[in-house]
Amino acid sequence: MACKKCSVPFKGTPEQEKELKAAIAAMKDEPGSLMPIIQKAQEIYGYLPIEVQTMISDETGVPIERIYGIATFYAQFTLEPKGQYQISVCLGTACYVKGSSLVLDKITEILGIQPGQCTPDGKFSLDSCRCVGACGLAPVMMINGEVYGRLTVDQVPGILAKY
Amino acid sequence: METIKLKIDGIEVECPKGSTILAAARLANIEIPTLCFLKDINEIGACRICVVELSNGRVVTSCVYPAEDGMEVYTRSPRILEYRKKTLQLLLSNHRRECLSCVRSGHCELQELCQQMGVDDEAKYDGVKTPSTLDDSAPHMVRDNSKCILCRRCVAVCEKNQAVGVIGANERGFRTFIGSAFEMGLGDTSCINCGQCINVCPTGALYEKDFTDEVFAAINDPEKYVVVQTAPAVRASLGEAFGLPIGTDVEGKMAAALRRLGFDKVFDTNFSADLTIMEEGTEFIQRVQNGGKLPLITSCSPGWINYCEHYYPEFLDNLSSCKSPQQMFGAITKSYFAEKMGIDKEKIVCVSIMPCTAKKGELKRDDQAGAGLPDVDFSLTTRELARMIKKARINFLDLPDEGFDDPLGEGTGAAVIFGATGGVMEAALRTVYEILEKKPLGDINLTAVRGTEGIKEATVKVAGIDVKVAVASGTANAKILLDRVKAGEQFHFIEIMGCPGGCVNGGGQIQQPGYVRNNVDIRALRAKALYENDANRPLRKSHENPEVQKLYKEYLGEPGSHKAHELLHTTYKAHKINEFKF
Repeated sequence: MACKKCSVPFKGTPEQEKELKAAIAAMKDEPGSLMPIIQKAQEIYGYLPIEVQTMISDETGVPIERIYGIATFYAQFTLEPKGQYQISVCLGTACYVKGSSLVLDKITEILGIQPGQCTPDGKFSLDSCRCVGACGLAPVMMINGEVYGRLTVDQVPGILAKY
Repeated sequence: METIKLKIDGIEVECPKGSTILAAARLANIEIPTLCFLKDINEIGACRICVVELSNGRVVTSCVYPAEDGMEVYTRSPRILEYRKKTLQLLLSNHRRECLSCVRSGHCELQELCQQMGVDDEAKYDGVKTPSTLDDSAPHMVRDNSKCILCRRCVAVCEKNQAVGVIGANERGFRTFIGSAFEMGLGDTSCINCGQCINVCPTGALYEKDFTDEVFAAINDPEKYVVVQTAPAVRASLGEAFGLPIGTDVEGKMAAALRRLGFDKVFDTNFSADLTIMEEGTEFIQRVQNGGKLPLITSCSPGWINYCEHYYPEFLDNLSSCKSPQQMFGAITKSYFAEKMGIDKEKIVCVSIMPCTAKKGELKRDDQAGAGLPDVDFSLTTRELARMIKKARINFLDLPDEGFDDPLGEGTGAAVIFGATGGVMEAALRTVYEILEKKPLGDINLTAVRGTEGIKEATVKVAGIDVKVAVASGTANAKILLDRVKAGEQFHFIEIMGCPGGCVNGGGQIQQPGYVRNNVDIRALRAKALYENDANRPLRKSHENPEVQKLYKEYLGEPGSHKAHELLHTTYKAHKINEFKF
């Protein structure tokens, strides 16, 4: 059975590891400290890949499955890193009826990743969202806060090429 | 103790303060149905089958709701019966219903409840089902989440009884499923193969890998010579599959059934349990006399061996180098027995019937091929044997009591108690005492190491030494004991069994439903059968087994000889807890 490994190679630094281990050492003996430790780990690394969860498990003695169970239960945790450019395609009602799902499909096709994932080079991450408050411009997507409105599928390759 | 009074279904009940409604009801002999509840380890009110109605109209889960003074509770009102039926129908809406072919059919807790609660429309709430996969990556078992009802019993035994914790609930809401971290297969984790999760699963979601077809094929292959061995604890549980009370010793009927199934020789693992005592006892004496590594820790339980390798590798040098009785048996069958009988060892198929699922993994370990061939070819659980007997339409209950075949069917009382926690220790001490003291042991019933407590200790005076021994069963208890040893406590000899209560409660034994597990100590009942079996045998010390004596005289030489080491001893490998194989 294949493991759901992260699509991006892990690039943790010794400094990050040191910071996490120090945080765990300070917190681990307090009851109920597992959540704060996992939150701290996400704060340091930005996400919770198997390498980071293994570190938490090894340092706390908590089985990695319990950590993974928490990481997949709460929406605040992510197993995938955010890319240098974060693409967010609106699937709210107005954008949806104007064909934003076709835009999303096109991005998925070009980048080879699914919503919630990051390209292996760490450049783009892709998400869908519900209404960015620009329904008049539907369909809409944002890349690092920059809004692209009245999109057509044909425009997508050109926009991505700018980054 | 402070008590309170309440009324359940109109019956006055007095119970200790702090009891749950479920516990109070039991005192009044009112059985509230449960599905997720496992006493002490899984009291989470998840399945909502145990709902009851209070006089104020509230519906609460009785397994977690505290009983209060003056409370009035209704456990079988029309409203409650309707609730339970609906809950079952909702569970069925996300359950792959293939009861006709399900391995658990006929003794499935979900099926039984549906029948009792009168579920007439099983498809009432059918709709989308949670996507699920079949995990067969582990050597010993399969997880089929399409039949999982998320009761979390398996999660509870894995983490709390076994201190392993490789399974848990992932994701949330409708997507929730029981699995391992990062959707790894169980075989890629530090699972110790103990199978305790299978024992407590209420449905057919968890089951052992079944090799009964392969064994039927071998039996029917005229080119093969098929030898079967049965572990001590199997005889204390097999009868349950045929309606006999828990703790009925069916040794004689079991031997008769195996013969009718067509095995060429029906042997007993008791033989190699005695052999284990000769080798391990000798190893213990040598370590004590030569300043070897102590405490010596037993190595019969492959679940425990897996646990030690992954979770306490610093104790690998303490492990006895002896193979388990299952493997010793195979090695002797394919060497001594084959040569004695003039049978080509290549033609021998060695089958074992075990109370254990970890044995399926053990036979694939390195260094388990004493005669140059795998010691054991197929290891079946007690459940698989019951399945074979039923498939062959053998009327088990009508069978006469028969004995085992010679020469590897000979076993002593010391061997048969291997199946209960403390049994290996008791058997070893009976022999070690007599070897060192050169005189018979007074009372050979060493009751200090008997009983189902998780950790037992005793001091036995042997040859002027106060021998300190300890016994642990269930790997969570092993963890507690080993941490004490790490902290400096001194022991000479430690017995560890992977499953709580030892092999009698092994992961391959006949499954007993939660309502039985919660109310009777099945470990004690099955162990009692073994201790009675021991008491009724003419020979009760391993070194008195005449066939074992003959084996040493004709073939192995002395215990611990070069030849004995070649055939009967093995090696271990250190692993890490988080060591993932992708």
